[in-house]
Amino acid sequence: MPSLGADMEAGTLLLWKVQPGDRVKRGDIIAEVATDKGDIEIEVFEDGVVEQILVEPGSKVPVGTPLAVIRSDGEQVSVPAESAGPAAPQRALSEMGPPTELQPPPRPAADRRPRISPAARKLASDLGVDIDTVRGTGPGAAVQRADVERAAETKGALREVSERATDRTGMRRAIAAAMARSNREIPHYYLATSIDLSATLSWLETENEKRSIRERLLPAVLMVKAVAKALGAVPELNGYWSEDRHQPQESIHIGFAVSLREGGLIAPAIHHADRKSLDELMEAMRGLIERTRAGRLRSSEMTDATITVTNLGDLGVEAVYGVINPPQLALVGFGKITDRPWAENGAVGVRPVVTATLAADHRATDGRQGAQFLEALKRHLQEPASL
Amino acid sequence: MTERDIRQAIAKALGRVAPEANLEELSSDENIREALDIDSFDYLNVLIALNEELGVEIPEKDYSRLATLADLVRYLSTHAPQQ
Repeated sequence: MPSLGADMEAGTLLLWKVQPGDRVKRGDIIAEVATDKGDIEIEVFEDGVVEQILVEPGSKVPVGTPLAVIRSDGEQVSVPAESAGPAAPQRALSEMGPPTELQPPPRPAADRRPRISPAARKLASDLGVDIDTVRGTGPGAAVQRADVERAAETKGALREVSERATDRTGMRRAIAAAMARSNREIPHYYLATSIDLSATLSWLETENEKRSIRERLLPAVLMVKAVAKALGAVPELNGYWSEDRHQPQESIHIGFAVSLREGGLIAPAIHHADRKSLDELMEAMRGLIERTRAGRLRSSEMTDATITVTNLGDLGVEAVYGVINPPQLALVGFGKITDRPWAENGAVGVRPVVTATLAADHRATDGRQGAQFLEALKRHLQEPASL
Repeated sequence: MTERDIRQAIAKALGRVAPEANLEELSSDENIREALDIDSFDYLNVLIALNEELGVEIPEKDYSRLATLADLVRYLSTHAPQQ
């Protein structure tokens, strides 16, 4: 059971999307888990073959409990499973896999389609049951109506468990634990800067005029990209404080705070935000917001963020002084873009201005680095064509 | 296209981003985004949905004129393609 949040202690395995013998590729979704922050899709992190399922659907297990054993590619034995070959190294999902006996080799692709009667297939469709997740008990492991009914009952019961687990109380408890830990352990320092967005918004307006409504960009996309590029200049703010030491990360995965309509907040990761074009970022952010609200996030999105960006501009606040999401090192906040009096070159005018703030961990960085980051952020945000 | 069609399309688009909202309680001169707590990503999704449903391409410069239900109905009635 992977840790899907700073203070997650346990999760409930909802369903498996694979069976022993199935071949899996890095990034495949192989299971769903219910947590206090919603249902999360569990990804696999290497290519291989599912050797054994260790946790049955419906079981609530502590973080760190092995869920399944996956034998990775390159570690396969080339002899038939039943012969006494050397034991292949195996790795358990959750990285704590006990050695297990070798299972039969993966079934060929043609054999992977479940055998199912037309009546059972129709029932599965009516009940919204994914037939790939149903274990058949008929001849030759064919899926029968009774198997589908059983799967639907389990699914219904598990959904209830999941819904209870993800009610507002659970969500608030998860946020409370993470934020209390942050305030208890992280000595925050705060910096703020006001950024004139005249050139940025003018560029955006011209750019959006050329685009159909589906392709238009929002200012928040430019802000996220500017943060990612500024982290390239001040990488000390990107990463974690863990095991009592500063652990900057090379990859820039920006956690983008998404509020849920029923209350609560999740900041899933936009992977490699620095390498994405503005169009790719816009698409990624739209997808992430949609999946966050639909409860369809992936495990890596819950765990990989190396910094958080929160944008409360839509709600009219001028500046955000955030609480860092541990074990991250910093949180960048953006307020509302407002017309303000602005003095430049000895003249006062009215400009669209946003206040960007940085909350950073003083154990890892000092105000000097924080100030350099905000300066880099301002520079990048004011040069939108190079984002 | 009748005003009823337009109101239905708006209700459908808003219902998609704010499924818990009671749209019957939304008065026609209320700011939709404030009343239904709709952020800029969701508001763009509403406009995209209206574009797909009604065929009206809304330029970005017009967004600020579309704050209320009455604004939306008026704008879409004027700009909807004639059948």
